[in-house]
Amino acid sequence: MNLAQSVLNGDRLALARLLSRVENTTPEGLAALDALFPHTGKAHLLGVTGAPGTGKSSLVNQLALHYRKQEKKVAIVAVDPSSPFTGGAVLGDRVRMRDLSGDTGVFIRSMASRGSLGGLAQATAGVVQVFDAAGFDVIIIETVGAGQSEVDIARLAHTTLVVEAPGLGDDIQAIKAGILEIADILVINKADHSGVDATERALKTMLELAHPVRRVFQHHGQAFEVPAHHTIEDNGRLLWIPLIRRTVATEAKGLPELLEAIDLHTAYLRESGDWARREEARLEVEFDLLLREKLVEHFRQQVPDEVVSSLFAETLARRLAPREAIGQLLQRMKS
Amino acid sequence: MTERKIRVLVAKPGLDGHDRGAKVVARALRDAGMEVIYTGLRQTPEMIAEAALQEDVDAVGLSILSGAHMALVPRVVELLKTNGQQDVKVFVGGIIPDEDVPRLKEMGVMEVYGPGASTEKVISDIRSAIPTAG
Ligand code: B12
Ligand SMILES: Nc1nc2c(ncn2[C@@H]2O[C@H](COP(=O)(O)OP(=O)(O)O)[C@@H](O)[C@H]2O)c(=O)[nH]1
Ligand SMILES: [Mg+2]
Repeated sequence: MNLAQSVLNGDRLALARLLSRVENTTPEGLAALDALFPHTGKAHLLGVTGAPGTGKSSLVNQLALHYRKQEKKVAIVAVDPSSPFTGGAVLGDRVRMRDLSGDTGVFIRSMASRGSLGGLAQATAGVVQVFDAAGFDVIIIETVGAGQSEVDIARLAHTTLVVEAPGLGDDIQAIKAGILEIADILVINKADHSGVDATERALKTMLELAHPVRRVFQHHGQAFEVPAHHTIEDNGRLLWIPLIRRTVATEAKGLPELLEAIDLHTAYLRESGDWARREEARLEVEFDLLLREKLVEHFRQQVPDEVVSSLFAETLARRLAPREAIGQLLQRMKS
Repeated sequence: MTERKIRVLVAKPGLDGHDRGAKVVARALRDAGMEVIYTGLRQTPEMIAEAALQEDVDAVGLSILSGAHMALVPRVVELLKTNGQQDVKVFVGGIIPDEDVPRLKEMGVMEVYGPGASTEKVISDIRSAIPTAG
C-alpha cells in the first residue's frame, strides 16, 4: 500500500513519514500530494503568528484543548526559524504543548523555516494539505511573525490570529505594519502583565485608522456611541473588522471569548462568501506558480543551455534585444 | 528536491530537573546543521515515543541524570519498536555508571555519554549512524 492510501486509512506513522517527504519535496511526496488532493478542502485552517515569546505556543496548546473538548481532531504545524549560518534549528514549541500528549486526536509537527524564500510557504501548504486529507478538522499553524513568507503562511489560513503581549509591542511603531493586513483577530496575551490597557489602546487606534467606522454621533447635542460591530457593509459587500481579545494562555483565561471570536469569524467567512474567495485565490496562486515552474522546466529540457547562453551573449553585445532573443529561443522550442 | 536534514529528538525522561546537558547538546546539534526537536523536562517514555513518531525523527537523544536510566531507556526503546520506529537511533547522556553502559548497548542504544563528553564526538557519532547527508 502506498503512503497516501495509508494516510487515508489513519496510519499515523505513514502520516509522519509523508510529512517529511512533502517537506523535502521528494518525488514520492509530490505524487502523494496529488493523490490526496481530492480529499482536501475540509479543514478549518487557523494561523497563529506574532513575535517570539508572546505566548503563541501556549495559546495553541489551549486552543487545541478546547477543540478536543468538542471532539474535533486537531493538527498543529509549529514553524521555528532555522539558523541562517548553519541551517540547523532547535524546535521548542512542543515544550508548551505537554497537555496535548497522549491524545491520539492531536498530531503536532515541528518545522524549521529552512530559510527559503517562498519555499517555506510552499512546504507548509503541502504539510497542511496532508493533514487536511488525513481528516483533521482544525489545523493550527504557528509561525514567527516576521518576513514575507510569514505573510504568505497567514494567507494560507482561513482565520489568522496575531498575538501581541504587553511590553513587547505596545507602541504603534513596534507593531509591524503588515499585521493588520493579515489579522482577523488580535490577541493580547499575557493580559496578567501590566501595560495591557496601553497595548489595547494602541491596537484600537491602529484599527480605527485602517477601518474608519463612525462610532459616535450627535443627537440633540448629545453624543451617542454606536456599539462596535465586527462587520460593516461596504458597497454591498460585508467586511470583517478585526476583533481584539485578551488572554492569559498559561491560566486558560479569556479562551471562551477568543473561541467565540473565532466562531464569529468562521460564520462571517461563510456568510460573506469570503471562505470560497480565499480558497479560490489560494488555488489560483498555486496553479499559476506551478504552471510557470513547469513551463520553465519544459523549456530547459528542450533547449540546450549553450543555445541560451549564446543568445544571451548576442544580447550582451547589443546585437539582439532581450525580447528578440527570447523570441528566437521560443522558436527553438516549437521545432 | 530539498536537502534532507537530520532530525533529532532531544528529551529528558524522568523527574530530575538537570537540563543543562540536554540544552548544550541540542544547541551543538543545531550548530552542526541538524534540526533538533526539544521537548523539555519530565517526559514519560510514552510522551517521548509519541513525539518521535509525530516528528519522524532519525534519532532520539535521552538525557538522564537521575539514576533511573535502567528503567527509562528500555521502555523508550520498546515503545519505538511497537510504533514501527525500530530504525530510529537512540543515544543516551548524563550520569550513567560504567557497568550499565554495556547493558544499555545490548538493548540497542548506539552510544552513551557522561559528564565532559565532547559534543564533536556526539555529532560525528550521529552523522555516521544515519545514512544520509545533513
Ligand atoms: C548543575 C547540577 C545541578 C543543578 C541543575 C541545574 C540545571 N538546570 O541543569 C541543580 C543545583 C538544580 C541540581 C540539583 C540537584 N542535583 Co544536581 N548536579 C549538578 C552537577 C553539579 C552538574 C550537572 C551539569 O549541569 N553539568 C553540565 C552539563 C553540560 O553536563 P551533563 O549534563 O553531564 O551533560 C554532558 C554529558 O552528560 C552528555 N549528555 C547529557 N545529556 C545528553 C543527552 C544526549 C542526547 C547526548 C548525546 C549527550 C548528553 O553531554 C553533555 C555535554 O558534555 C552534577 C554533577 C556532575 N558533575 O555532573 C550534579 C548531579 C547530577 N546532581 C545530583 C543530585 C543528587 C541533585 C539533587 C537531587 C540534589 C539534592 N539533593 O537536592 C538536585 C535535584 C534537583 C532536581 N529538580 O532534579 C547528582 C545525581 C546523582 C545520581 N544520578 O546518581 C549529581 C551527579 C551530583 C552527585 N555527584 O551527587 N543539580
Ligand atoms: N505571564 C504569562 N506568561 C505567559 C503567558 N503565555 C505564555 N507565557 C509564557 O511566555 C513564555 C513564552 O511562551 P511561548 O508560548 O513559548 O511563546 P511563543 O514564542 O510565542 O510561542 C513562556 O515562558 C510561557 O510560559 C501568559 O498569558 N501570561
Ligand atoms: Mg512558539
